[in-house]
Amino acid sequence: MDDENRLLLSGDEAMALAARHAGVALGAGYPGTPATEILESFAKLGGRAQWSPNEKVALEVALGAAFGGARALAAMKHVGLNVASDPLFTAAYTGVAGALVIVSADDPGMHSSQNEQDNRRYAVAAGVPMLEPADSQEAYDFMRAAIEISGRWKIPVLLRATTRVCHSYTVVRPGSQRDVPQAANFVRDLKGRVMVPGNARPAHRRLRQKLAEMAEWNEDCALNRVLPGGKALGLITSGISFMHAREAAPEASVLKLGFTHPLPLRLIAQFAAGVQSCLVIEEGDPYLAEAIRAAGMAVRAKPEMYRFGELDVARARRILRAETSPEPVPPPAKPPQLCEACPYRVVFESLRRQNCIVAGDIGCYTLGALRPFEAMDSCVCMGASLGVGLGLRHVLPPEQACRVVSIIGDSTFVHSGISGLVEMAYNPPATGHVVIILDNATTAMTGHQEHPATGRNLSHEPAARLVLEDLARACGIRRVQVIEPRSGSEAFDHALREALQSGELAVIIARRPCVLIARQLKEYEQREQSCRCQENGELCAAAV
Amino acid sequence: MNKAADARKTENCAPPPYNIIVAGLGGQGVLAATDIIAEVALRAGHDVKKSEIKGMSQRGGSVTCDVRFGAQILSPMVPAGEADFLLTLEPSQLEPNRHLLRAGGLVIEPSLIDADKLPQKKMLNVALLGALSAHLPLAESEWLEAVAGAFARKFLEDNREAFLLGRASQIQNVHATAAA
Repeated sequence: MDDENRLLLSGDEAMALAARHAGVALGAGYPGTPATEILESFAKLGGRAQWSPNEKVALEVALGAAFGGARALAAMKHVGLNVASDPLFTAAYTGVAGALVIVSADDPGMHSSQNEQDNRRYAVAAGVPMLEPADSQEAYDFMRAAIEISGRWKIPVLLRATTRVCHSYTVVRPGSQRDVPQAANFVRDLKGRVMVPGNARPAHRRLRQKLAEMAEWNEDCALNRVLPGGKALGLITSGISFMHAREAAPEASVLKLGFTHPLPLRLIAQFAAGVQSCLVIEEGDPYLAEAIRAAGMAVRAKPEMYRFGELDVARARRILRAETSPEPVPPPAKPPQLCEACPYRVVFESLRRQNCIVAGDIGCYTLGALRPFEAMDSCVCMGASLGVGLGLRHVLPPEQACRVVSIIGDSTFVHSGISGLVEMAYNPPATGHVVIILDNATTAMTGHQEHPATGRNLSHEPAARLVLEDLARACGIRRVQVIEPRSGSEAFDHALREALQSGELAVIIARRPCVLIARQLKEYEQREQSCRCQENGELCAAAV
Repeated sequence: MNKAADARKTENCAPPPYNIIVAGLGGQGVLAATDIIAEVALRAGHDVKKSEIKGMSQRGGSVTCDVRFGAQILSPMVPAGEADFLLTLEPSQLEPNRHLLRAGGLVIEPSLIDADKLPQKKMLNVALLGALSAHLPLAESEWLEAVAGAFARKFLEDNREAFLLGRASQIQNVHATAAA
């Protein structure tokens, strides 16, 4: 066995390695479990990776790079693709000059997400090809294949993974091929890239033509595999579901689909014809089952109860038996909570004490909804705290409206809270409004990534810093306060009470670094200090 | 792609894998312990899969990690009721995970280790790995190398001591069982 070449990699790391080996010039994204480590690994491998303010911007940056003839990568979690869906749909029309791969890391079972949407639907809706890896080897191979397919058909490719692919470590033997892509170069293609109706109409027809060609190519594509077995039962499956299904029914014949949009319908028909009974085993929505049935093939699908949550071997066995009795409920695990020394505890104590109606947001601080605080009344999507809080203020009777507060973290605010703040200034509620920005100087929940307001880039090197209080004032908010929330101090409590009573538009920035990154922050600061000293040719105290 | 397909030709005839669950609370070293098991199994030439859910791991919640190794591993998750070993770093995490063990599966828990003899309290996870190692067909030297590689050099000797302390506690048990 070639031991030298066997690596134990997570799916995220494998995708990053493949992108590096394929000569991807730029990777952009926004942190989100389970996608975060793709760009972090890509940067560690020497790739050029960056956190953008949100996924929409990230995809647009990657698209621009691909317009310029480069190979580009955009990586995000499933709900991130909602944010990036606007450029996605029209990028399918424009196509690309180089190559563009969009990784959607879905989270069935919602280990760390607010919903379990199945992003395979996006491939159909936008009309882009989709590959679904089942382990780290395929995460590597399929990333390479996705880049090839994107370059060949000049179209963005969706590489759809799930939590158990992204975060499982499995053995990878990377390919020996290293690509040196063509240098980036601007070639004008006004009709192909400027999507005014007159250009977009033929672009839509071109897209459908490409999809028809790809469907044909997919019929004997090596990304789909038939594992011959017994003739009694045939399983059609994709992604991680293949692993569970194969373990649950080792005797069955299997069609493992890797290139899952546009589907190879003749291959599927041929497989189905070779077995007595055909069952589709897939996680999440019945995407494959619906498409195969719509094509006129009689296949069995999983019972509806398995749409919910992740699949595993036990559930695959139940699906094989068409078992619909209630499933065993595992004993409760200890829920997470705000860290003992978390500065946000002070904030949630105040919100509770002052009986606030709290429009919440996505991050560590969503834990403020749990006991002992239970100080949150809604949590929908990134940035929703602003709009939801304003909507409540507009319609509630004054005695309730004056208690409404929007609460949002620093990274989430930069992601999609800024436009909500503009809305607040533009359409102010009669009772005013209070926005609390929890600024702990990091994207804490996903594992402490940087963002524009930390003043450091993805690799923790100095970058331009977005100053939140200046931004709030520029939006037209006059009452802007920065407070350090400390246990035992009444300062935050007072500021909140005054802001609520003022009836004005107010932004309170509760600023104190996350307790888990205190040591790292010191290191970054010393490094920056030492860099500055070296530039000035001074003797550096930090370096001594 | 062809290479990957070749590597999978054995899919039809795989012997059963070793299934291990490591359970604890955020910050206790569940992920580090699991990394070491996977590393040793990889070096021994096995197919290995390790699955972790870490989104909340730093917020003090329950963390469990699955490791499987053998000739051919399919699902990265140990099916409930099929774990050969449940290694718990925290007594409270035993009951919530016991259903994952197969009948006759072994619990490796903190009470097996004489905490007073540990060179450092935080090395409990390494000592428990030592205890686990006594039951697995993986070489002691490989374990020690993986443990050494996983932590800072200054803890090398202490980690070695912790590992061997755990291993010795079980080697006696294994021998006692074999004799009986």
